[in-house]
Amino acid sequence: MSADTLTAHRPRLLGRTAVNTVVGIAVLYTLLPVLWLVLAASKNRDALFSSNFFSLTDFSFVQNLRDLFAMDGGLYGRWYTNSLLYAVLGAAISALVSVACGYAFDKYRFAHKEKVFGLVLAAVMVPQTVLALPLYLMASATGVVDTFWAVFIPVLFNPFGVYLGRIFSQGYVPDEVLEAARMDGAGELTTYFRVSLRMLGPGVVTVFLFQLTAIWNNFFLPMVMLSDQKLYPVSLGLYTWNSSATVSPEYYPVVIMGSLLAVLPLILAFMLLQRFWKSGLTAGSVK
Amino acid sequence: MTTTAPPAPATRTPDAPVSARRARTRARRREHMACGVLMTPFLILLVAVFLIPVGTAVWLSFFSDDQPGLGFGPERTVFVGLRSYTAVLTDPTFLGSLGTVVLYCLIYIPLMVLGALALALLLDSGVVRLRAWAQLGLFLPHAVPGIIAALIWLYLYTPGLSPVVDLLSKGDITIDFLGVHTVLPSIVNIALWSNLGYNMVIFYAALQAVPREVIEAAVVDGAGPVRTALQVKAPLVRSSIVMVAMFTLIWAMQLFTEPMLLSQSSPMINSRFSPSMYIYDAAFTRNNYGLAAAASVILLLCTVALSYGVTRWTNRSQKEAAR
Repeated sequence: MSADTLTAHRPRLLGRTAVNTVVGIAVLYTLLPVLWLVLAASKNRDALFSSNFFSLTDFSFVQNLRDLFAMDGGLYGRWYTNSLLYAVLGAAISALVSVACGYAFDKYRFAHKEKVFGLVLAAVMVPQTVLALPLYLMASATGVVDTFWAVFIPVLFNPFGVYLGRIFSQGYVPDEVLEAARMDGAGELTTYFRVSLRMLGPGVVTVFLFQLTAIWNNFFLPMVMLSDQKLYPVSLGLYTWNSSATVSPEYYPVVIMGSLLAVLPLILAFMLLQRFWKSGLTAGSVK
Repeated sequence: MTTTAPPAPATRTPDAPVSARRARTRARRREHMACGVLMTPFLILLVAVFLIPVGTAVWLSFFSDDQPGLGFGPERTVFVGLRSYTAVLTDPTFLGSLGTVVLYCLIYIPLMVLGALALALLLDSGVVRLRAWAQLGLFLPHAVPGIIAALIWLYLYTPGLSPVVDLLSKGDITIDFLGVHTVLPSIVNIALWSNLGYNMVIFYAALQAVPREVIEAAVVDGAGPVRTALQVKAPLVRSSIVMVAMFTLIWAMQLFTEPMLLSQSSPMINSRFSPSMYIYDAAFTRNNYGLAAAASVILLLCTVALSYGVTRWTNRSQKEAAR
């Protein structure tokens, strides 16, 4: 009997080890490049190109940091501020606008509702690159090209946020709440801002986080719209610095340090708001 | 609530007082007003940064700036019909870029979907240690912006900078990660690294929603963990699989950031490597708006057709599974 259980257990133990090994390798695959970035950020230029990368003799993290903010007259600080402005402000407005619209799709009836909603969903499919040229021409015609607004306004549009908003509204705001508020004689908009929006809180945060990531990642649109380096977001700035690095290698350490700093805000946002986006992902995928 | 409730049932009777009916229409109108206020900001954006641009792209693709005569006289915009489309579709560089992105999709999407699903199933099997930490580690690259992911990997591909290339060369293996045949897999790797954990979290969340009784029933019926995972759990998260495949496809068709950055260091990537790069090159380097617009419309149509294909295909196999 004991031999029987032993043979039954051995493959399970083997399977357990195999599973843990596979997951472990996957985690190393995702973590090691980030670890490389952290290590590389603490190296000076010579150590970066030396063969024994893992020695910690030439530690110059602080020096790199200083170089980064001094390079090209402190451009990096500008880029960072720009990115924060584009991303945080843009994502906040975008989330409020999208969720309000999704809520209206869920709670109100009007003509051709599903057709309009279908159009919104179709917009998710359209590549950024298709819209870039017309947007550029429109921006040139109205004179906003190469200004803050040329990048800021298009990123407010988030059709997937409307889709999520509708699902969250179905899930979090029971119709009875609206009925009760109407009976109490509360206005529709008052009800939305005082009651519904509070219930939709986690949904708004999820949409905010999605859009924050998208805008922080945004590269194509700024590249098309902006020529003034002072308006660049971090992504585009690092891209131009990297192209300079192929000619003048003193850019390598600052690009690496700049990349490390540019990763931090999103990691921070994801950690602080973990509770919300996890529920948001489920809502988006189960449907 | 009960204290303030008006005599609502009275309004439903056919001989309802006129005032009550009027109150109801007023309520409807108030609802319409509120609905309008809530939707207007988004609808303005929809028109201004989506509908008009798409319309403009289509319009541009049928027109061209023609210089009359020998370059004398003012430039004027003329209708050229399908000329731009013919130009794009007979341009070998555009067809090449389309071929590149199709090949990229064929390598990337199966790897992504199967990899993320496999990891989610492994994590859901309950034998993984430190599960929360593993998830966090796998998810981390999602917080790394695309251009920075491309930067990190570009440096990891660059001989002299990269400890990976150094290690391999110590073992007498020399791989040029940015060579003719390796550059596309190298780009796939960057995209895979960035998005694997994110999609894994989506699948994992969906797997968590599978009722435990279903899995217990499978175990009672004698299905082993592998069979339970592949034949019970995986089919139950089909809708998530379709969604992930769709979004991966839509994003993959737009391939731009990674090759654009790698092109700074690799001669294997020209300025028309992918359709999006072709559009950028046509619009902003060659200033040929008609050509860029026609290429945009073609890219859009390809994306829509492929997404439609994915949904059709999954619907059909779903029906077959139901049979």
